[in-house]
Amino acid sequence: MTITKDTVKKISKLSRIASNEKFEENMIKDLNAILKFVDQLNEVKIENIEPLASTVEQELIKRDDEVKKMNEKKDILINSPEENDDFYVVPKVIE
Amino acid sequence: MSEKEFDYYLKGEKGEYEVVIGLEVHAQVLSDAKLFSSSATKFGSEPNSQVSLVDAAMPGMLPVINKFCVEQAVKTGLGLNAKINTFSKFDRKNYFYADLPQGYQISQFKHPIVGEGKVILDMPYGTKEVGIERLHLEQDAGKSIHDQDPKNSFVDLNRSGIALMEIVSKPDLRSPGEVGEYIKKLRSIMRYLNTCDGNMEQGSLRADVNVSVRKKGSKEFGTRCEIKNVNSIKFMQQAIDYEARRQIELIEEGNEVDQETRLFDTKKQETRSMRSKEDAHDYRYFPDPDLLPLRLEDSYIEDLKKGLPELPDHKKQRLISEFKLSNYEASVIISDQAVSTYYEEVAKNSDYKLASTWLMGELFATLNKEGKDITESPVSAVNLAKMINLIKDGTISGKIAKTVFEEMIKNDVDPSKIVEDKGLKQTSDPKEIENIVDKVLETNQDKVEQYKSGKDKLFGFFVGQVMKEMKGKGNPQMINDILKNKLK
Repeated sequence: MTITKDTVKKISKLSRIASNEKFEENMIKDLNAILKFVDQLNEVKIENIEPLASTVEQELIKRDDEVKKMNEKKDILINSPEENDDFYVVPKVIE
Repeated sequence: MSEKEFDYYLKGEKGEYEVVIGLEVHAQVLSDAKLFSSSATKFGSEPNSQVSLVDAAMPGMLPVINKFCVEQAVKTGLGLNAKINTFSKFDRKNYFYADLPQGYQISQFKHPIVGEGKVILDMPYGTKEVGIERLHLEQDAGKSIHDQDPKNSFVDLNRSGIALMEIVSKPDLRSPGEVGEYIKKLRSIMRYLNTCDGNMEQGSLRADVNVSVRKKGSKEFGTRCEIKNVNSIKFMQQAIDYEARRQIELIEEGNEVDQETRLFDTKKQETRSMRSKEDAHDYRYFPDPDLLPLRLEDSYIEDLKKGLPELPDHKKQRLISEFKLSNYEASVIISDQAVSTYYEEVAKNSDYKLASTWLMGELFATLNKEGKDITESPVSAVNLAKMINLIKDGTISGKIAKTVFEEMIKNDVDPSKIVEDKGLKQTSDPKEIENIVDKVLETNQDKVEQYKSGKDKLFGFFVGQVMKEMKGKGNPQMINDILKNKLK
């Protein structure tokens, strides 16, 4: 797989990262180098080996169905870009 | 069941078309806390009052799975006759939207918790099997409100992180009617299991609808469009009909159907393209590094299986064989678990036939009029059964029973008390009835003459007069018999 300018543009758009000519050039170079490095893994024979979901040998920790969090609205809404007592306020997003 | 045939084919200029539909149903799991946090899930709470730092996706917060939500998903899977996967995994589905604080939804992509299953529908043209492709667990998103401010959208994260079961059907549905029955069936199963309340007005059950068309008889699928987030059966049906006709028109004009995401505008009754979703299918799924695989023991699944309640399909067959109900009666009664429980209590303590007549007649009419559901019934099952027994043992007539029932609606007491207090007891004393019959015949001698000379229809008049004299409390059968005898 090779990273082209179109790939970089698409990834930038999907991840909402602003890009420009210079950024794209650098990215093409960096990402292709990374891919080439990772490609070394292709040398390993992996037939008959199940993909590993996690390297941690532990069971998934589970919680009980209990409500412990009470109203934390004030602390939460501090992070809203605009002030409002009830809601996060964001620039209009509508179809 | 009638021999009606399936007939939903849409006519175009160049022939008939078959509509192919698959559904992705999103069912909110009934649980107290969210899927990966301990915030509450209550509907209609003050905005943003059920949001923890995990739900708001603050840096460093880690998801911890709610084991009851897992249990609910497994139970639902068992209810759908589906394979439960002892190994499943959580993935991140990446997209940006204001009501998705994480920038990704935790979902299950490659390894869902539930695999293939099936649901049986009762259609007028026979039973229809609909395949289930999979069921997986995922997080719900928050809610955006767009009509409060001209320049801004308001976001409420109360719903963010509530557990959803996405139930994906195979493309087995062929008409809006089948879609309606499918949704009702899923809802009924989940309500019996108590895994989802199925409340569509509150958004606990909603669906993405995939629609394509093909020439009648063709085996190949056409290009499909996905109509996002439709929240009522009626809207789903309208959207499918509109969308199928739109696609047929495109094809007949020699154009191609673009595979795209559309939304249904309920006011204009049309679907239209959601341009913002152009890249939407590029979700760049990858395993969530914050969560380990979910492994289930066979014994755990077995235990849940043993604890399942009786499900609608089974209950229906049992009611038909145990209480000799018709297929129609049984279908109506089992569609709501609470109704079926009520029915069984009445039927077991009185008469199964009268129980179904009264339940589906007077009681349903009353509930409808008062806008109540069966759990709020003004007449308890115990008292309805007692009333039916009063009809059966001849204490009251079916007609008087309606008066008694009216009283019971106002005041849910033992019906024999009402009969006593209001003096509604049926007169079955032959002497008394005979006296009144004689009196009626005496005062209507002219009619008796007419009757005897062949005017049979007058019989009803005599019955009516006797009943009137007896204030409706005469035993109808006895009045009939005595009159017949006297008029010979």
